[in-house]
Amino acid sequence: MTVLSYFNDLYSTFFATRSRTINTVFVTVISLLALFAVPTLANEYWLQAILIPFLIFALAALGLNLLTGFAGQLSLGTGGFMAVGAYSAFKMTTAWPELDIIAIFFISGFFAAGVGILFGLPSLRIKGFYLAVATLAAQFFLIWLFNRVPWFYNDNPSGTITAPPRTFAGVMVTGPEAAAEVRYLVALVLLAVFVFFSWNLMRSRFGRAWMAVRDMDVAAEIVGIPLLRTKLLAFGVSSYLCGVAGALFVFLYLGSAETIAFDVNVSFLVLFMIIVGGLGSITGSIIGAAFITILPIFLTNLNPILGIDLAVDLAKHIEVIIFGGLIIVILILEPHGMARLIQISRERLRI
Amino acid sequence: MPADPKNGHPAPGEPMLSVEGIALRFGGVQALAGVEFTIYAGEICAIIGPNGAGKTSMLNVLNGAYQPSEGTITFKGRTRRKMHPRVAALEGMARTFQNVALFKGMSTLDNVMAGRNLKMHSNFVACLLPVGPSRAEEARHRAHADEVISFLEIEDIRNVPVGRLPYGLQKRVELARALAAEPDLLLLDEPMAGMNRGEKAEMSRFILETKARFGTTMALIEHDMSVVMELSDHIVVLDYGRKIADGTPEEVRTDQTVIDAYLGVATEDDA
Ligand SMILES: Nc1ncnc2c1ncn2[C@@H]1O[C@H](COP(=O)(O)OP(=O)(O)OP(=O)(O)O)[C@@H](O)[C@H]1O
Ligand SMILES: [Mg+2]
Repeated sequence: MTVLSYFNDLYSTFFATRSRTINTVFVTVISLLALFAVPTLANEYWLQAILIPFLIFALAALGLNLLTGFAGQLSLGTGGFMAVGAYSAFKMTTAWPELDIIAIFFISGFFAAGVGILFGLPSLRIKGFYLAVATLAAQFFLIWLFNRVPWFYNDNPSGTITAPPRTFAGVMVTGPEAAAEVRYLVALVLLAVFVFFSWNLMRSRFGRAWMAVRDMDVAAEIVGIPLLRTKLLAFGVSSYLCGVAGALFVFLYLGSAETIAFDVNVSFLVLFMIIVGGLGSITGSIIGAAFITILPIFLTNLNPILGIDLAVDLAKHIEVIIFGGLIIVILILEPHGMARLIQISRERLRI
Repeated sequence: MPADPKNGHPAPGEPMLSVEGIALRFGGVQALAGVEFTIYAGEICAIIGPNGAGKTSMLNVLNGAYQPSEGTITFKGRTRRKMHPRVAALEGMARTFQNVALFKGMSTLDNVMAGRNLKMHSNFVACLLPVGPSRAEEARHRAHADEVISFLEIEDIRNVPVGRLPYGLQKRVELARALAAEPDLLLLDEPMAGMNRGEKAEMSRFILETKARFGTTMALIEHDMSVVMELSDHIVVLDYGRKIADGTPEEVRTDQTVIDAYLGVATEDDA
C-alpha cells in the first residue's frame, strides 16, 4: 500500500509540475499575444467594439467574483459600484487636471471601496437572497444619487460625464484623440495587474478566510476568523475593482456616459459572467466576460454570414433567445461554469 | 490579554476550565440548569447523557456559540459570564461539531490551514505579492499543517475538496483543523458518530495519541460507552439539562442514578 501511494505521489507530483509548467507557458503565450500581436493585427472595430469592453468587464467580473464566488456574498450592486468609480474619476480629472490619469484610475477604486464597505455592513446580519436585495437597493440609490446631484456631473446640462483628453508618459490615453491601441493596452495591463494581485491574495490567509466564511460561517468564527471584518474587506476589495472598471468603462471605452450606462442591467450582466465563467474562479471571471461580451456580437454577425435575411428586430429577438438558451445549456452541462469544464477536460486529457 | 495565548496554561491536574451554575433556555425548553463541573489540565473529560440531555448545548456555552442566562465560565483562570467564539479561539479553545462543519469547497489542506488562521499575521499588501514575508509565513504554516495531516494519516486526501470525502474522513479532517490550532482545550462533539467499529478504533487511537503527544486537554461527547470508558479520565453525566454524576469512569459506572437514567437505557438499546 505504501509503495503504491509512493508511486501515486510521484505520479501526481509529476503531473502537478507539468500542469504548472503548461499553465505558465499558456499564460506567457497569451500575454505576449495580447501585448504585441493583438494591437498590431486587430483593427479599430475589434479593439473598440470587442476587446476593450471585454477587458473592462473582465475586471468588473473579477471584482464581483471575489465577493460572490470567493467570499460568498451575493451582490447586485456592481453597476452602482462601477458608477462610483467612474464619477469619482471624472470629478478628480476636472478638479486636478494635472493629476496623472493612471493614478486617477487607481485612486477612483478607493471611493468605490468606501461605498462598497458601507453597503456591505448589512452583510453581518443578512445573507444570500436578502443581501442581494440590500445591494440592489444600493444600486438604485447610487444611480439616483448621481442623477439627482448635479455636482457629480459638474452641472453639465446634458447630465453626462465626459473623459477629458489626458496623457500618460506623453501618449494620449483618454479623450476623443486617444488611439484604440493605447486604450486597449492600458485596459490590458491594468487587468493583468489586478488578476496577478487577486491570484496571490486568494492563496493567502485572506483568500482562505473569505472561502471559509462562504462555506460555513459558524465554523469560520470558531477557528477565529472575524466575520464582519472579513466580509467588509471582501466588499472593499470587490468594489475597488468594480470602481476601477467603472472608471475605465467611461474613460477608455464609452468616452462619455450617463448613469444609464451603469444601471441594474450591468449588475446582472456581470453576475451572468461569473456564473457562466465559474464562481470562485479567477480564470472563470475572464472566460465568462469573454463569453458574454463576444457571444452577442458573434450572433449579430451570424445572420449575414449564413446569408439569412431577417427583419432587424426579429433578428435581435432571436439573438436574445439564443443567448439565453446557450447560457442555460452551459449551466445544465456544468453548473460550476466554463472554468470547471476546462479543468475537467484538462484532467481527462492529462495536460 | 496576554500576547501569547499559551500564557497562563495551567499545570497538569490544575483546573483548565470550570463552569458554575450554568443555565440556558430555548423558549420553553430548559436545556441546561445549574450545571457545574471542572475539566482538569491534561485529562480527557467525557460528557455523556441521553439524547437531548444538553451535551451539545454545554459545549456551545463553553466556546461561546450560546450565551447562558446564568452562571460563569472560568477558562485558564479567567472568569466570564459568557464566552465568544473568537475569544475562545484566541485563548486556545478549538472544537469539532456533531454534524461536521467543514469548509466544503476547500481542500483538506486549506481546511487545516484555516485552523491556523489566527496564527498568521501577514498584512494585506504583503499578501498581494507572490514572494516575500507573506509567502514565507505561508510556507511555515503549511509545513505545520502537513505535520498534522500526516499525524492523522490523511495525506492521500490532502488536495481533495472535503465536500467530496466520505463522512468518516470528514470527521478526521475536522479533527485535523482543530489540532492545527494547537489548542490547550479541545472540544469534541461525538467525533465517532456514524462510524463503524474499525473507524471508531482508529479515531480512539488518534485521540489518545493527541493526548500523549501534545498533552491536549479534551472534552469529549460520546454515546458509545465502551469508547468512553476506554478514553476518559473523568466523566460528567448530564440528564435533562442537569448534572447527575461526576467522577472517575469507575465511580460513574457504579453510580445508581446514572445506571437508572442513562446506562440502563443504553443497555436496553444495545440489546
Ligand atoms: N438552537 C436550539 N434551539 C432550540 N432548542 C434547542 C437548540 N439547541 C438545543 N435545543 C434543545 O435543547 C435540548 C438539549 O439539546 P442538545 O443538542 O444540547 O442535546 P444533546 O445532549 O447534545 O443531544 P444529542 O445526544 O442528541 O446530541 C434539546 O431539548 C434540544 O431540543
Ligand atoms: Mg449533541
